[in-house]
Amino acid sequence: MKGSLIILSFFAVGLIGGIYNVFPQWLLNDNLTTYALFVLMFLVGISIGSDKAAFYVLRKMNFKIVLVPLTVIVGSLLGTALISLLLSDIKVKEAMAVGAGFGYYSLSSIFISEISGKELGVVALLSNIFREILTLLAVPLLVKYFGKLAGIASGGATAMDTTLPVIVKFTGKEYGIIAIFSGIVLTILVPILLTLILEVF
Amino acid sequence: MTSYIVIALFTLGIGLGWFFRKKDQARKKVDSGITWAVYLLLFLLGISVGTNEEIINSFSRIGYKAFWLTLGAVLGSVLLAKVVYQLYFKSDKPEEQ
Repeated sequence: MKGSLIILSFFAVGLIGGIYNVFPQWLLNDNLTTYALFVLMFLVGISIGSDKAAFYVLRKMNFKIVLVPLTVIVGSLLGTALISLLLSDIKVKEAMAVGAGFGYYSLSSIFISEISGKELGVVALLSNIFREILTLLAVPLLVKYFGKLAGIASGGATAMDTTLPVIVKFTGKEYGIIAIFSGIVLTILVPILLTLILEVF
Repeated sequence: MTSYIVIALFTLGIGLGWFFRKKDQARKKVDSGITWAVYLLLFLLGISVGTNEEIINSFSRIGYKAFWLTLGAVLGSVLLAKVVYQLYFKSDKPEEQ
């Protein structure tokens, strides 16, 4: 929660400064963003690859546990696709791309704004922050009405870190490893699914 | 094109990460590098949005769309999770697999 507030405030400072034109022109250079994204993704890769939990998780892999991130992927993409039919001004694949952030707002918003433009990037930023906040607030209710996988499903990629404590609290320790597994798999799949949705199809 | 380069770098990073497993000092540096790269990128996204009048003028619409998409993604996920839970998880405890 604290982390997302700091990130949002960096966005807000840029936004307000941008509105009042206080920044020098070179900061607006799109290449700067692209190179920073390259550095970010390389570092995120190293971070995941060097995480001991990632390998522990691989050893634990079986059919049932794989079903969990798969559920989140299908559910998020179907849900956002249906919503896009009700909203007049967003394409199905754009909506699905927003859903494929799985709550990983920093990466998905930057990635989407690179491929599909800033406006959809901002939709992705807000929507995926909402997803994290909604999960933090609603896990007890979701678990009550949708069963013990609901917190993990709602948290998406954040189930491995920011929303893990509430998920474990309301569904039990034995679901902690499933939450981390699902979160890591979804985190790795975010850039791949976004590319598939926005560039291939 | 950008996204393919990104995926290539990402995959390369995951492979290289293997060598950093026991280097906690280096891992900490990588993680703080990630934090600052995210700050920088969101700051830059903020600027490019702030200087784009079209987006600023439709901000409430953007928030509205984001809200409904969140609801769709979360409801879709938990509804399907309920089915999967009933079918595959309810009868046993996961650590006994």
